[in-house]
Amino acid sequence: MSDWLPKSAAGRRWLGLAPSYFVIGIFMLIPMVIMGVFSFLEPNPYGGVKPIGSLAAYIKIAFEYDLEDKLVFNPGYLNIIFRSFQLSFGATLLCLIFGFPVAYYITLQPENRRNFYIYLVTIPFWTNLLIRTFAWIIILGRGGVIEAPLLATGIIDDSLRMMYSDGAIAIGLTYSYLPLMVLPIYASLEKLDFRLLDAASDLYANRFEIMTKVVIPLSKPGIIAGCILVFIPCLGAFIAPNLLGGGKKLMLGSLVQFQFASARNWPFGGALSMLLLSVVIITLIFYARAAKNRAAMEGSA
Amino acid sequence: MSDQIQKPSTRKGKKMLPVGHYRGLSSWTIAFFIFLYLPIIVLIVYSFNANRMVMNWGGFGIDWYLKAFNNSDIQKAVWNSLIVATVATVFATAIATIGALVLARGGNFRGKTVSLGLITLPLMVPEIVTAVAVLIFFSAIGMNLGLGNVIIAHITFCIPFAFMPIRARLEGMDTTLEQAGRDLYASQWETFRFVTMPLLMPGIVAGAMLAFVISMDDFIITLMVGGAGSTTLPVYIYSMIRRGLTPEINAVSTMLLLASIAIVTAYWILSRKTQTSTEH
Repeated sequence: MSDWLPKSAAGRRWLGLAPSYFVIGIFMLIPMVIMGVFSFLEPNPYGGVKPIGSLAAYIKIAFEYDLEDKLVFNPGYLNIIFRSFQLSFGATLLCLIFGFPVAYYITLQPENRRNFYIYLVTIPFWTNLLIRTFAWIIILGRGGVIEAPLLATGIIDDSLRMMYSDGAIAIGLTYSYLPLMVLPIYASLEKLDFRLLDAASDLYANRFEIMTKVVIPLSKPGIIAGCILVFIPCLGAFIAPNLLGGGKKLMLGSLVQFQFASARNWPFGGALSMLLLSVVIITLIFYARAAKNRAAMEGSA
Repeated sequence: MSDQIQKPSTRKGKKMLPVGHYRGLSSWTIAFFIFLYLPIIVLIVYSFNANRMVMNWGGFGIDWYLKAFNNSDIQKAVWNSLIVATVATVFATAIATIGALVLARGGNFRGKTVSLGLITLPLMVPEIVTAVAVLIFFSAIGMNLGLGNVIIAHITFCIPFAFMPIRARLEGMDTTLEQAGRDLYASQWETFRFVTMPLLMPGIVAGAMLAFVISMDDFIITLMVGGAGSTTLPVYIYSMIRRGLTPEINAVSTMLLLASIAIVTAYWILSRKTQTSTEH
């Protein structure tokens, strides 16, 4: 705010924002546009692309060429995409069931203790996801923390084969993003006026009705935000399917990584990324609309 | 963890929980925290396993820590991680600070929402998409700066993490002190330098800490963008896991884990202190 700065307020504003625009624009926005363009080009067998327009990458999602060069339906990739959605929905639901009562419990605590609980919830979120997922291999793996005592006492005499399954991936995903469910729900429950609960009770609502007709509807914004925050990273997850699902149980995120690391089909990887990105955009638009409607309703009320 | 101090109200002669309290809630919460912390505890406990195999407990020992300390690949990876995280934190925090000043103090202007959206963009795009897009970009323009590529990618996704605590601090700050400074004939620059900056400092430190932790922990983007010579610690740990499970992985992981927890705990204490200090 010295003399050498632009005189007009607008000039200063844009000077202050310029570095953010420069870095995120050049190293994030433009790369995503290039990725979109690349998804419509032909792959180069050694990685990269040839400058020839093609829809092959998008066709490849559902079709393949047979020996006679005819296009036939191949559900292989669609199955992976479908399973990604299934597992992400499952993990989101588990996070909600597991996380909501905890968020509610924390709001019931005195204020200084609430902060400490929130600290405990956030700690795992800030620690390395790869390491925390690796720990699940030790817990679920052959002869690991769960199996070892069962094997030793003779309750089971063979491995339970918990690893490399959809169940293991679902546990890993739930574990990875659980804090992202609890925090927004807590944020909306914190504003809850507990006198409303007393009022409902005075009007002869039972405990179940108080929960389903008062608490849950009022924490809906937090629940929706939490579900989105969990669902989106689940869909693009790479670590959990890679470590807990073995190489075989691919999800969308690991499929994208595979196209760049091993298969060297950049356009196909780009097309899958675009698919992922469009799901995110649709979800966010849906969320923004819901928030707008809510604001409008509260405004008119 | 005892909300079950059941103020026994004697409605209908039965012992009842107060309205809004539910049975089993505290046990559910305990189970939740066990689930959340079990992997971390298991990881730390097994890092002291003297056996070669992670899963078979072979007695207590710190051999794997010594081995990890003397592993030159690990040392190099730690250095790379520290260099990347430090440089990325400095740049991301500086960029986020001026961005936050404009967005929190610049009033309402056209493009404010768009700017906010752009700065928080790296939070909304799935990490794998960012990783792939940046990889394509660097190869399309033929940019190959080794660790430099990784640093640039890290600066980009660290900006929103540095931005949020700084903006929150600015919005929670009382502007009357700044106005008082102006009334006492301080120039705009002096007001900024001697009033705004000192008040904002805790927010900046908090933002820098989050950016540092996020950069240190990043795996996917570094894996995709980094070349052979730019292996960071998480990427090295991943290659160790793929080669076979030894307690050495646990030993390295435990150290990285404790470093993150220490930084976040410092952040937490700092933000609590500033919360109470702004209230006065």
